[in-house]
Amino acid sequence: MAEVRLQGVSKRFGTTEAVTELDLEAADGEFVVLLGPTGAGKTTTLRLVAGLERPDTGRVFIGGRDVTDSTPAPRDVSFVFQQYSLYPHLSVFDNLAFPLRSPARRMPAAEIDARVREIAGLLHIEDKLGNRATQLSGGQMQRVAIGRALVRKPTVYLMDEPLSSLDAKLRAEMRIELKRIQRELGATILYVTHDQTEAMTMATRIGVLERGRLVQVGSPRNIYEDPVNTYVATRLGSPSINLVPRSLFPGVAAPAATVTIGVRTEHLRIRRSDGAAGRVKRVEHLGDQNHLHVTLADTDVVVLTDPDEGLGVGDCVSLELTAPLFFGADGARLRH
Amino acid sequence: MAEIRVEKLHKAFASFVAVRDSNFTVRNGDFFCLLGPSGCGKTTTLRMIAGLELPTSGRILLGDEDVTFKQASARDIAFVFQLFALYPHMNVRANISYPLRSQGMARSEVRRRVQEAAKTLRITHLLDHPVSGLSSGDRQRVALGRAIVREPLCFLMDEPLGALDAEFRELMCGELRALHDRLGATTVYVTHDQLEAMSMADTIAVMNQGVIEQLGSPREIYDRPSSLFVADFIGSPPMNLVRFRGRLARGDRHVRVNGADVAVPELQEDAEEGDLVLGVRPEHVRLTGDSAYRARVVESEYLGTTQIVTLSAADGSALKARLPADTEVRAGDQVGLAFHPDKLSLFEAHSGRALRTRLHAEAAGG
Repeated sequence: MAEVRLQGVSKRFGTTEAVTELDLEAADGEFVVLLGPTGAGKTTTLRLVAGLERPDTGRVFIGGRDVTDSTPAPRDVSFVFQQYSLYPHLSVFDNLAFPLRSPARRMPAAEIDARVREIAGLLHIEDKLGNRATQLSGGQMQRVAIGRALVRKPTVYLMDEPLSSLDAKLRAEMRIELKRIQRELGATILYVTHDQTEAMTMATRIGVLERGRLVQVGSPRNIYEDPVNTYVATRLGSPSINLVPRSLFPGVAAPAATVTIGVRTEHLRIRRSDGAAGRVKRVEHLGDQNHLHVTLADTDVVVLTDPDEGLGVGDCVSLELTAPLFFGADGARLRH
Repeated sequence: MAEIRVEKLHKAFASFVAVRDSNFTVRNGDFFCLLGPSGCGKTTTLRMIAGLELPTSGRILLGDEDVTFKQASARDIAFVFQLFALYPHMNVRANISYPLRSQGMARSEVRRRVQEAAKTLRITHLLDHPVSGLSSGDRQRVALGRAIVREPLCFLMDEPLGALDAEFRELMCGELRALHDRLGATTVYVTHDQLEAMSMADTIAVMNQGVIEQLGSPREIYDRPSSLFVADFIGSPPMNLVRFRGRLARGDRHVRVNGADVAVPELQEDAEEGDLVLGVRPEHVRLTGDSAYRARVVESEYLGTTQIVTLSAADGSALKARLPADTEVRAGDQVGLAFHPDKLSLFEAHSGRALRTRLHAEAAGG
């Protein structure tokens, strides 16, 4: 596999700037996830790497070679789309073998056979090779679609929300499988999603995109624990980090320019305390944890608690912050 | 608002039974979720309550009135669908006021109600915008607005958030529940998303193949699943279900699984020699050096607050544990497992039924 590098890449469609001066590198064997909401420029970035779009400015490198001006074919990337498109009249085997049978490749039949079986084994669909594509469940179909990308040995795999059409349970299984396959193949993957769980669990590094700009790149832990601004802070964590006015916690030592305090739900210590200003407004039982919605001076704060805590609606509580983050007027992180 | 009673409700499409002998009551003011996988009969149940589908047998009562064979329009119910069907050529105000204008309501009253609905949904500033330019969240608010202006006895919602992305869904869950509380509404809500159900509902009916498998509060369903299906359907990741062979007698407090004695809530019934299943929620698994329950760490998924650790036990079974994110684990580590004894469930493998334990007795006693 090869590394991919984008250098100062910008792309505009009409008056909309889809990608702005993007610098990003995915090292050989790295799983890089681009995370952001709809319209952040994730898919455009993938298409720029694939050669389906040409940048207005900047360069694209694959395996150290400048491919900015080359067509898609010589870049030799493999693309998995959100909606799987299989050939319904072909068997699973033939669907998987299809990319290898292209006349340009002239791969011998025995080699094709071996490669298809290897990938089918990786995806746990070896017993389905004789089935028609239409006789599969949704999850199996998506595995075949991913398999069709994997049979080739391209420079890099580009994946555009490949799991978003699956149900929650299957998605959870596929996350683990995709990560395992990536490790076993030593593949370089550039993966696009708006799902924070996918990003957190699979990525070697996450790149957070906001309106075409790359705001922060780092390991999942780094992005979660050390966000550079409020936008990044709200990308990861479920429920979202609490962003509250600095004045809500006057006792907390904060940098002078602090306007907003960010505190994750697990970084609040809650105590029943008669006469305290906080009131429990609602208790959400999520099974393994409770989210207590506390109103404090007209501001809602969500606190993660143990289900056996025993606090109920109407209780007076006090809150203590264990690991607050501080942000200035423009949302940028402030440090002590 | 009103109470909805469903009695022995049955619906067959030719030889396929979509809903089998359902009985439940949605209390006045209840937020009631029908939860299950696709094809379980939840939408058919909702459509019968709405009057969009007639039951094969059984009764539906709205308040004290038998509405089983009444037309949808004669029932004081508002329906919100998954796909927001808005009139694209009308603006937001016209879309919301449509149900009232078509009833011939006085214009001043229409105006008042639309204003109020818009205020509730925080879309007052959008009233004169065309619907075509709106974000999906705002479009769904408009669809809700059209339901609430009618001030109906109850709301029926069929996956109203299904088409939204995760971030919006979380936000709208909170808003829908707040709206329900503010209006004092009775809501029946269909979803396949357990998180939506768990976070919004007062009562959940878990459906599987046309049958209500369990009816209870989110906490009951989570803590004391009545069947293997419910145990496996609720929770993310779901309950670990570890098969073992054994026989149990009333009063037993231990089971022997994977070569270890595992403390469980005291049994309240006997189970003959056979295949049994121990149910353990991932958050009730702890790593400990000295336990006889041995396993190997396969991998760990980092989730910020916590991590999900996949384990392979000595008997070949796979388990998942939810541990604090700062617990250090490495693939290949040999570890011992301990389970929270007061939280475990036991099932009969062949019927899938939960065995009665002290947990059930305590719940029944208060």
